[in-house]
Amino acid sequence: MRHLLSIGDLGGRAGIEQMLDLTATFAEVMQREVPKVPALRGRTVVSLFYEDSTRTRLSFEAAAKRLSADTMNFSVATSSVSKGESLLDTIRTIEAMGVDAIVVRHRASGAPHRIAAWADAHVVNAGDGRHEHPTQALLDAYTLRVRRGPTLDGCRVAIVGDVRHSRVARSNVYALHALGCEVILVGPPTLMPESTDGWPVTVVHDLDEVLGSLDVVYLLRLQRERIAEALFPSIREYTSRWGLTPDRAARLHPDTLVMHPGPVNRGIEIAGAVVDSDRSLVTEQVANGVAVRMAVLWSLLGGGEFV
Amino acid sequence: MSEFLISGGTVVDATGERRADVRVVDGTIAEVAEGLAPGPGGTVLDAEGAIVAPGLVDIQVHLREPGREDSETIESGARAAALGGCTAVVCMPNTTPAIDEASVVHSILERARSAGLCEVQPAGCITRGRAGVELAPIGELYDLGVRIFTDDGDCVADAGVMRRAFEYASALPGAVIAQHAEDPALVRGGHMHEGAWSARLGIAGRPATAESSIVARDLQLAALTGGRYHVLHLSCATSADLVRAGKATGIRVTAECTPQHLVLTDAACAGFDPTFKMNPPLREQADVDGLRAALADGTIDAIATDHAPHSPETKDVPFEEAPPGMLGVETALAVAHTTLVAEGIVTLGHLLGALSWRPAAIAGLDAAGPEGGGHGGPIAPGRPAHLCVFDPQRRWVVEGERLASRSRNTPWEGRELTGRVRHTLYRGIPTVRDEEATR
Repeated sequence: MRHLLSIGDLGGRAGIEQMLDLTATFAEVMQREVPKVPALRGRTVVSLFYEDSTRTRLSFEAAAKRLSADTMNFSVATSSVSKGESLLDTIRTIEAMGVDAIVVRHRASGAPHRIAAWADAHVVNAGDGRHEHPTQALLDAYTLRVRRGPTLDGCRVAIVGDVRHSRVARSNVYALHALGCEVILVGPPTLMPESTDGWPVTVVHDLDEVLGSLDVVYLLRLQRERIAEALFPSIREYTSRWGLTPDRAARLHPDTLVMHPGPVNRGIEIAGAVVDSDRSLVTEQVANGVAVRMAVLWSLLGGGEFV
Repeated sequence: MSEFLISGGTVVDATGERRADVRVVDGTIAEVAEGLAPGPGGTVLDAEGAIVAPGLVDIQVHLREPGREDSETIESGARAAALGGCTAVVCMPNTTPAIDEASVVHSILERARSAGLCEVQPAGCITRGRAGVELAPIGELYDLGVRIFTDDGDCVADAGVMRRAFEYASALPGAVIAQHAEDPALVRGGHMHEGAWSARLGIAGRPATAESSIVARDLQLAALTGGRYHVLHLSCATSADLVRAGKATGIRVTAECTPQHLVLTDAACAGFDPTFKMNPPLREQADVDGLRAALADGTIDAIATDHAPHSPETKDVPFEEAPPGMLGVETALAVAHTTLVAEGIVTLGHLLGALSWRPAAIAGLDAAGPEGGGHGGPIAPGRPAHLCVFDPQRRWVVEGERLASRSRNTPWEGRELTGRVRHTLYRGIPTVRDEEATR
């Protein structure tokens, strides 16, 4: 694997499982007194974020530092980009400084693919438009595996909400399916993908119809701007039909887990009390992000011994 | 006196196919017969193994001048056209400034004349500034030779404005209202065909319905007004069905489609390469099949390229940020020959009709006139010598770097094509000789 642009780059179930096993090793490293290994000493990782993100950027930065890589942070707002520099020129500039990996987030779907076509460095997609967010899907799968045991075969996962505009959903559909999960997309037709031809999913519009049969409910963040695009009428109506309210949470099986990629809109797609409940994996998802990104950077950069 | 003898080829035009040499004297076809001998001082152009056809007529190209001379100029675009076998093109009015006043038409005609590579007929805007509100000076532009009126790049979305345009232009013989049929409300924010690929790639889509709904509406308006309607770059099977039905009921409608829509699908966008982004977008295999059937049965009259040069600086950016459009004028015949003729969709004669005499008739470029009209044949004594000599056996590989356009955004990069233009004669003078531009 030269770049991680989409879940497909991992090459199916075996590749994903290998990455999750590696993640487990790095999670163990993080439990040590000094949670740092010299595996990527002398290598440089630059993060190039064209979209706001706190948790993903910090998570990649922490991962690189714990592998002893040098990190550079290219802040778009204060850089030459604000003076009109093209993406291609930005990449050339960064590469001229000598970098080994570029972690990129961009508002345009496929922007990391363009960068991969231009750059010699390894490219990691940290979220592109509505396309994919592969490290998020890996950390979600890892989190589920920690809680449910080594295999996810037969696990029924509902991804609820704005799937159409969600890169998290696209990566998760393919990762979870590859790992043997049964994936159900739930939400209004206007927030489902325009076509699900070829998607390994079932589409359901009524959350209550499937609620009792799920092993995992994965809520997506709802964006208020979608109201102006005439995709749904109001937050109130959305929450009443697709929100994980305390009332709906009470109807879940006792073992059903709840996930959310964050940041959470408490009281909109998920009730605050549900986020804070024992069935919620939200905090573990964030915690596991660093180990997953260590595994990804180490794999791409062909790091040396780390144990 | 200048004399050229095109020797050893097979003449193909609307009247059929025959082995014949063609003698051209002072810009006019003098003789068409087998076994002609070169006259004293005449130049022989070898057409052995080649097809001698009327010069091609591409009725939808973007020459970018005035405004974006970094991407293309009238001269570079006309040279690319000549290398593609064209003797006439119609350039779209989405320039800066737009072709919505006489001075811009004068300037384009003047530059095309000084380039001398092919005839350039400007298309005029339907509405002032292509804003979709007030009519452009259609009559004034018509008097300067403009025949195709369009806001191409943008759709005339307002049905009332479109109706008035049909009515107003119906008083001008030969004028045609041409539509870029994509309802802006349905394509807003979209960058590729809406379907399985756009959903998978996470790119907002431009549904085929955005086109077919406008085509359906415009056909009704053409019926209501008796106006002449031309559908630019028709891209989906449903639109083709609507045009077919419209023709059957006597609506005055013609349609064109591009080589790329006849060959490529939205799967070409899978790697996020912005080269494959255009409006209307590349669609699905069922649409490709429907367009091919419509070309074969004559529903689609013409192949036009929508030649849309974009400099690398503007085009080699993330897919969603790239401008839509592909190069085409230099490769159209070779691409169509390699695919449509080789696969038996149409005969070479039918293809040449779609690239030459049928589009010439749509744009009124077929009539012989003082300004060097008379495009599209027939190849007969007394006709202006606008000719394309095409070697159907010649194999070559497309390299953007070697095309005459100032831009490189060809969707055919690296493709091996079968068939290439050997010579092009415009007004009896070779603009292309032995595959090289002469000027």
